[in-house]
Amino acid sequence: MMTLFGDPATWLPFAFALLMGGAILVYVVLDGFDLGVGLLFPFASPDERDRMVASIGPFWDANETWLVLAIGILLVAFPVAHGIILTALYLPVAVMLVGLILRGVAFEFRVKAPTHHRGAWNKAFFAGSLASSLAQGFMLGLYVTGLQMTWANLAFALLTSVFLTVGFSFIGATWLIGKTEGVLQARAILWARRGIWGLAAGVAAISAASPLVSPRIWDKWFSWPEIALLSPLPVLSAVLIVALWRVLHRLPMEGDRMAWAPFWLASTLFVLAFGGLAYSFYPYVVPEQMTIYEAAAAPESLIIILVGALVVLPIIIGYSVLAYTVFRGKATELTYY
Amino acid sequence: MDPLLLSRIQFAANISFHILFPTITIALGWVLLFFKLRFNATGAEKWMDAYRFWVKVFALSFALGVVSGITMSFQFGTNWPGFMEAVGNIAGPLLAYEILTAFFLEAAFLGIMLFGFRRVPSWLHTTATFLVAFGTTLSAFWILVLNSWMHTPAGYELRDGVVHATDWFAIVFNPSLPYRLIHMLLASGLTVAFLIAGLSALRWLWGDRGAEVRATLRFGATLGAVLIPMQILAGDMHGLNTLEHQPAKVAAMEANWDTQSRVPLVLFALPDEDARENRAEIALPGVASLILKHDIDGVVPGLNDFVAEDGSPLHPPVAPVFFSFRVMVGIGMAMLLLSWSSVWLMRRGRGIEGLPRPWIYAFVGMGFSGWVATLAGWYVTEIGRQPWLVTGVLTTEQAVGPVTGGMVASTLVAYLLVYAMLMLAYLATLTFLARQAARHRPLTPDVPTPDAGLRALQPAE
Ligand code: HDD
Ligand code: HEM
Ligand code: HEM
Repeated sequence: MMTLFGDPATWLPFAFALLMGGAILVYVVLDGFDLGVGLLFPFASPDERDRMVASIGPFWDANETWLVLAIGILLVAFPVAHGIILTALYLPVAVMLVGLILRGVAFEFRVKAPTHHRGAWNKAFFAGSLASSLAQGFMLGLYVTGLQMTWANLAFALLTSVFLTVGFSFIGATWLIGKTEGVLQARAILWARRGIWGLAAGVAAISAASPLVSPRIWDKWFSWPEIALLSPLPVLSAVLIVALWRVLHRLPMEGDRMAWAPFWLASTLFVLAFGGLAYSFYPYVVPEQMTIYEAAAAPESLIIILVGALVVLPIIIGYSVLAYTVFRGKATELTYY
Repeated sequence: MDPLLLSRIQFAANISFHILFPTITIALGWVLLFFKLRFNATGAEKWMDAYRFWVKVFALSFALGVVSGITMSFQFGTNWPGFMEAVGNIAGPLLAYEILTAFFLEAAFLGIMLFGFRRVPSWLHTTATFLVAFGTTLSAFWILVLNSWMHTPAGYELRDGVVHATDWFAIVFNPSLPYRLIHMLLASGLTVAFLIAGLSALRWLWGDRGAEVRATLRFGATLGAVLIPMQILAGDMHGLNTLEHQPAKVAAMEANWDTQSRVPLVLFALPDEDARENRAEIALPGVASLILKHDIDGVVPGLNDFVAEDGSPLHPPVAPVFFSFRVMVGIGMAMLLLSWSSVWLMRRGRGIEGLPRPWIYAFVGMGFSGWVATLAGWYVTEIGRQPWLVTGVLTTEQAVGPVTGGMVASTLVAYLLVYAMLMLAYLATLTFLARQAARHRPLTPDVPTPDAGLRALQPAE
């Protein structure tokens, strides 16, 4: 099996880059919407908050497991890069972790702790979602600019942290449009209408910044014939944004038609933006310093993981689909019985 | 400040916090399955009440386990980059298999287990409960494979200072794995047994005399009574295995300085590393040789065998290992006394009424004794392997990252604050849940009746 596709030292790192990219992408979309729901907490009334939590309660744990998988693949497939990246991002990682901790436990505590603590746990839920989103956006900005701590890069990272946070609350709002009805749905539509501008600005800022940071990325986009082959990407993104804008202004419709359209459009937009980033950075795993081929672990170890992953991933997808099917439809009160 | 020391403290703080919650969820998953199956078989409402109460504790503990586990998965990169560079070829696949086979399984079925009761058929709900319990156990298996391999590495070769796998079977079933896995799973069972008994005893003290609290107090005491002799036996065998592979650790556990026969069993002492002797020692002559070699004249290696030419020690710090070991074994003995005497007192159909008041108080007091013993056990194991991170392959010092002490210190303070707050909230919430249940007051207003076709049950939350 090892040599079936040629030299394993070439295709294995590539396969793992694909796997890792896939896991990050799934994470960003899935945890994006549930972090987003947390970000929208302060704008909702107490009853609506319960409904909002109910819409993500059965899913959030599995969603965050994709982050564990992504960081796990970075760790096991590119051990050296893992050390470089995580030590460079030491502080934002810590902020993100504390955020994820607060938010994860708030799910449970807000319904189990004594009633007069509920307000505090609601705040913790929001603060945790905010801290994780901001930290993730900050890391994205630092990564895109090559993990170099200059003032300009830090400023850019601050910008991306705000944009990503807005992006998450946007996709969170589109999730709520699909998952809720009535007043809460109407509010979610309003939230999404406002959030869309942040999302568009974020996609544009990152797309503009990465070629400016590195001449290599500039060449990858702006030379012939790449520029023609790649042009569908920005065009499609623009089309998606317009489509989103129009759908959001028509909702809600008779019989709840199109309620899921914004979520799917937004997810597609995330996928496109992510694809563009991945194209820019390939073959580097540490931007401009280390390629996936230089960072990869020993082929004997990688192949063992790959075989396992190829067997297990379809099963994981299978039971994730089962979980989403069991809890399909509009969110109702979450009860243990 | 020294980044190495700080990184160690930070790692120790994070994993100590993490391990507390899996210790509960691993066994509690199976206990919940037991409650559900008892209910399915007998239809007795008390088992469903028990399920209803303990599933809340499970959900809360699971959430804390997950968030602290996510922190753990970043710790390798942020604090110990040298670890993955040196042994990533072995640690990597093991961690990957844990994520792929265990974490996703738990996470996907947790939702159905917690909230699916009225949405899926009963058999699927029971299956989901089983799969979550199975997933937590599988997760413990994989992580203990890695940890055991770090203690007793096997099936590898070194090329240019990097470990490469040669025999995966030998890696997974390395010499200390069976002992550590069994000892840890039993530890989890004991922790849960005494937690259940402890919280039930607390409810009893608050005047709860319902069928549920009787059933769970009895269940906890009995489970403890069954598991504790097994744990003592497993611990003894674990120690013998360690003597074979990490003799310096055992010497530190026993505070035995000289290689000798008729080694005394030190009940209490103040090990003094500078003078290299014990102060205030109380010991039973020859008993340690008897335990470790099953022969009173058996020769056991002492700490002075593990000293470098220049006099610097090559063995772990003695006092923490020595005292942690005594805490663990002491708790084990207390568990034995309490659970066996209670089972004896509850005999002849007298049930909980047969237990004198002091026993009830003792159960409350021992409610979290499993946690203390588990942590103590881990400190024995982990401090006992210093200065090695991977025995004979990598020292802890070699693995530390280039992060500055200030950065580690600041995040350490943040983690400690968050953990202290969460621990308080966790304990307060468990007490609150127990108090609510003792007053037989539903926590939140009732919810709509179950869908047609599914078993009709009283909603609890
Ligand atoms: C409820 C928890 C609990 C209880 C009551 C005990 N243990 Fe334990 N012990 C553990 C929980 C634990 C643990 C947390 O699970 C450890 C840490 C790492 C491991 O493998 O198991 C451990 C480690 C550990 C070690 C170190 C193994 C090594 O070198 O790596 C020894 C020798 C023992 N135990 C022996 C005992 C004995 C003789 C006990 C008799 C009373 C005992 N333990 C009770
Ligand atoms: C089973 C998975 C585990 C792995 C892979 C693991 C790995 C490690 C690593 C990498 C270190 C850092 C080096 C060091 O400071 O010594 C360490 C130390 C430590 N671990 Fe573990 N560990 C595991 C389980 C545990 C558990 C469950 C506990 C406690 C509850 C624990 C307690 C500690 C402590 C206290 C230290 C610090 C010891 C010292 O600084 O002297 N470990 N372990
Ligand atoms: C260094 C080591 C460790 C790392 C990196 C780690 C990582 C994690 C992560 C990421 C999760 C969350 C999984 C999810 O999203 O569902 C988790 C949960 C879990 N871990 Fe750990 N862990 C470590 C040590 C341990 C140890 C020593 C044990 C037990 C022996 C353990 C047992 C579990 C169990 C049973 C769960 C699932 C149940 C729960 O969350 O309570 N882990 N761990």
